[in-house]
This record gives sequence, structure tokens and C-alpha cells, in this order.
Amino acid sequence: MSQFKELTLQGLWKNNPGLVQLLGLCPLLAVTATVTNALGLGAATLLVLLGSNIAVSLVRNHVASEIRIPVFVLIIASLVTAVQLLMNAYTYDLYLSLGIFIPLIVTNCAIIGRAEAFASKNPVLPSAIDAIMMGLGFMLVLLVLGAMREVLGQGTLFDGADLLLGDWAKALRVEVFHADSHFLLAMLPPGAFLGMGLLIALKNVIDNKLKQRQAVEKGSIARARVTGAAQ
Amino acid sequence: MSFKIASSPHQHNQRSTAHIMRLVALACLPGIAVQAVLFGYGVLIQLVLAIVTAWLSEALILKLRGKPVLSRLKDNSALLTAVLLAIAIPPYAPWWIIVIGTAFAIIMVKQLYGGLGNNLFNPAMAAYVLLLVSFPLQMTQWLPPLSLQSVDLTPLDAVCSIFTHYSCSGFSLPQLQANIDGITMATPLDTLRTDLSRGLTLDESLSRPVFFAFAGTGWLWLNLAYLAGGLLLIQQKIISWRIPLAVIASLFVLSAIATLAAPDTIAGPLFHLFSGGTMLAAFFIATDPVSASTTNKGRLVYGALIGLLVFLIRNFGGYPDAYAFAVLLANMAVPLIDYYTRPRTYGHRPRSELK
Repeated sequence: MSQFKELTLQGLWKNNPGLVQLLGLCPLLAVTATVTNALGLGAATLLVLLGSNIAVSLVRNHVASEIRIPVFVLIIASLVTAVQLLMNAYTYDLYLSLGIFIPLIVTNCAIIGRAEAFASKNPVLPSAIDAIMMGLGFMLVLLVLGAMREVLGQGTLFDGADLLLGDWAKALRVEVFHADSHFLLAMLPPGAFLGMGLLIALKNVIDNKLKQRQAVEKGSIARARVTGAAQ
Repeated sequence: MSFKIASSPHQHNQRSTAHIMRLVALACLPGIAVQAVLFGYGVLIQLVLAIVTAWLSEALILKLRGKPVLSRLKDNSALLTAVLLAIAIPPYAPWWIIVIGTAFAIIMVKQLYGGLGNNLFNPAMAAYVLLLVSFPLQMTQWLPPLSLQSVDLTPLDAVCSIFTHYSCSGFSLPQLQANIDGITMATPLDTLRTDLSRGLTLDESLSRPVFFAFAGTGWLWLNLAYLAGGLLLIQQKIISWRIPLAVIASLFVLSAIATLAAPDTIAGPLFHLFSGGTMLAAFFIATDPVSASTTNKGRLVYGALIGLLVFLIRNFGGYPDAYAFAVLLANMAVPLIDYYTRPRTYGHRPRSELK
């Protein structure tokens, strides 16, 4: 069980594909102009990652290591094609607004990275858990960045969620504030880079705070001994 | 007694950062005065807003970073950034424009990179680009000079329209922009650009009332005022003459050649030098000691690069004026320029070995 806990922690925080490994930055920065787009791409990436990790883990003992990369790419490409066709059939408007970034999931380094680094060396169940946690970690970053940019840029949240979730989701749309002139920079690529930098900085701050707190807890015991020895 | 060992040059300059920054800000005064007289009092209100915002955001970030607040505020660098941004934006832009811009300049462009001396980009110009990209409508609403305005604006009107989007007598900005004939006016560079894209020739466009002699009405005086302030700075040895000269010379030469080649579509060198922000940018913005090149040869290259970029963007690009973009692009090139123009150290590598 502790292995799953560790996998969860790694995927969601310590080794987060978006914030720490900085993988898949191209879709991460390009489609996070709204929460809906971020959610759509995050879900698609999660699905592909889950499928590819399971498939790679299943065939890991049957593929010669010299040709493993082409095999992984084939697996990922077929999964992406499947997801693309599914999105084309069921969420057509979102499919149009995500555009080229759905087929580009093939080139998302987070996916081939997990296949190579984890799934090709581990059994099916840990690989699946790893895929889910990494995918969720990636999706989380997409969502936070998407929310930041959408609020700053348009003053709304979940605008157009019905494209992804069906008509009921129109009720999800929240208007945080009404602005006559939109803050375009947040919607444009520079806003994505700035937002991403701020998120990474925030994560580092939290990590440092945690480390300091741990050091203080340990340090208080050590100091008791040192004082006696030194004076 | 402590012996300080420092490398050459061993020259002494008694001026502190605070003193230099204050002198640069003071040298802007003639330009600010001309702008207030010819284009209305909006610029003064923008200045107050910008300086207050700059001080507040600088103090906030210094406090967060655990640095001494008061001594850093006294170096006047935040003040200068605020002044440069306030005179660069349209004087009647809504109040939140200058507040967002100044806060971005100080917090994101200056302090997040490590404060004064560590910023890659010129804070005022980075903020200007942010505003221009984000709020293109508000950032292009320049009022015509007072002599061409259809409505008389009092200082109180400036306050009203900056804070409520309407002047005290109820005119909106687009209405104020209209001249006596009811035609909406833009800056000379903008007007020329629009006219040329509509197929008019240069001469036809220049006969409009917004132009005067070889530059825009009012803009000629504005540029002359900044030129005077800039020359004063050079005389006081606050800035090096190399960057302004290189900017002006490269813009002059390029537009002189181009206007000979295409006299109907490209304005002459004098128009380029005395319209838009040429003098302000050449003397006050491009010479920022932190983000500009630091070697003598490098300064010439840096200035010439800015002139070239401005010429290209003004004539072939998507924006009427281009100093903010040109300065930022040249800022990016500065490490490379400095690397290739390192001066020879005395006693190392004879001149013949230098390429």
C-alpha cells in the first residue's frame, strides 16, 4: 500500500509532470486559456496516459529493448487516434476548439516519459496507478492555470463548459466580475508563461516552507545535545 | 583601517544612484510641461497615479523579500520608471491602465528579477507593451493637441475623464477625440499609417490639420522638449552620447534612403525623428543603465539596432509606433552585444590578436 501512497505523492506533487518535470509544456501553455479547454485536454491526456501505461506494462517482457521506443510510439499514437475520434464524435465543439493539440498529445513527453521510465519496468497495477496520478497531476496544473487565465482574461469560470459536459453544464458558468475590456495578455501566450512561472514559484515557496518546518522540528532535538557539548 | 582592493577603472564618481535617477526624472520636466500645455493636464494626473502605485508596489515587494524598504525607495528608480511610463501612455487613459502598468513594471519586470540592477528588460517599456497588447483600444486613444480640440478641457475635466471615462461635462473619450470638423483624430503616426493603407500618398496625408510642418502638430514641440532635456543629461555626463546618437542616426539614415526610394509611401527622416516618441525613447528610455549595453562599441550597436527595429515596425509592421517593442528586442540582444564588444583589458591580448 505504501507504494501506491508514494506513487500518488510523486504524481500529484513531488514529481508533478507540469510543475517539476516541465513535460508537455506545449499543450499546457497553449490550451489553458479557459478552464473548459484545460479540462478537455487534461482528460484526453489522462485517458491516453492510462491506456499507454497499461499496454506498455503488458508487453514489456515481449518487446526487445532495441525497438521499444517505436513500439511505445505506435501504442501511444493508436490511443491518441482513438481519443481523437471519440472527441470528434461526442464533444465536437471542444474538438474544434482544441484543434491540433489533440493529435499533438502523441508528442507529449509526459506520456512517453512515463512509458519509458515507469511502465516498461513495472507490473500492470502500479503502472496504471502511476498513469492516473501523473495524469491527474498534469490535469490539476492545467485546471489551475486555466482558471487563473480565464478569471484574469474574461472574468468568468467554466465558460463554454457545455461543449464538454453537455447542456446541463451551462449552469456551471460563473461570472466572477464583469469587465468591459478584457485583459488580453492573460489569454495570449505570454500570459501562459507568466502564469506558469508564478505557479512554479508558488510550489517552490510551499516546498521551502515545508522543509523549514521539518528542519525546525529535527533541529530542536539536536540543539539540546550540542548546547551541552559546546559550552 | 581597511584597504579596499578593486580592479580598474579607479575613477571616482560622486553621484549616487538616487542622484542620477533624480536628475533623469528632472530632465523629463520640459517634456512634461510641454505635454501638459499642448495636450492637456491628463499627464499630471497620470504622473501622480504612477508614482503612488510604484512606491506602494515597490514597498510591498521589498517588505515581502525582507529587504530594507525606505533606503531602497529613496534610490528613486521606482520613481523614474513611474515617470517614464506615465508620459508614454495616452494622457487621458482610464486610471486603471496606469495602475496595472506601473504595478506590473515594478513587481514583475523589476523586483521578480531581483530588483534594481538585475532586470533584463526596461520595466517601463515592458509595462507599456503589456498595456498595448492587453488594452489596444485604451492605449491608442490619444487626444488631438488642444489647438485642434473641439471641446475645451479644464484640469477638472482631466480628473473626471481619467476616473469616470467621461469628462465633467459628459463627453466620452471618442467624442473628445473628434476635432472641430467632427472627424476623430489619432496621433500623427497613426493617421499617416491609416491614410497610407487607404491608398493616399504621403503628401495628401500630410496636408491634414494633425500635421504641422514636417511633424505632427504639438508633437514637434514635445520632441524638441525631450531633446533639450536629453542634451542636458549628456552635458551633465549622466548618460553616454553613444546610445541616443546611434538611435537617431540609424533611424535618420534608414528613413532618408527609404524615402528616396519610395517618396510616396515612406515619410522622411525629419518626420520620423520628430513624431511619436523618438526623442523620449532615444535619450530617456534606451539609455537605461541596467538594461542597455554597457560597452562603448556595444552602445552604438544597441542604439543602431533600436533605430533599425523602429524603422521596420513603423513602416512595415503592425503598430504605428514601436519604441517599446524595439527597446525590448534590443534588451534581449544585449548579452550577445556585450559579449562580442568586450573592451581589451590593458596588458592582455595585443590588439593584433583581437578580431
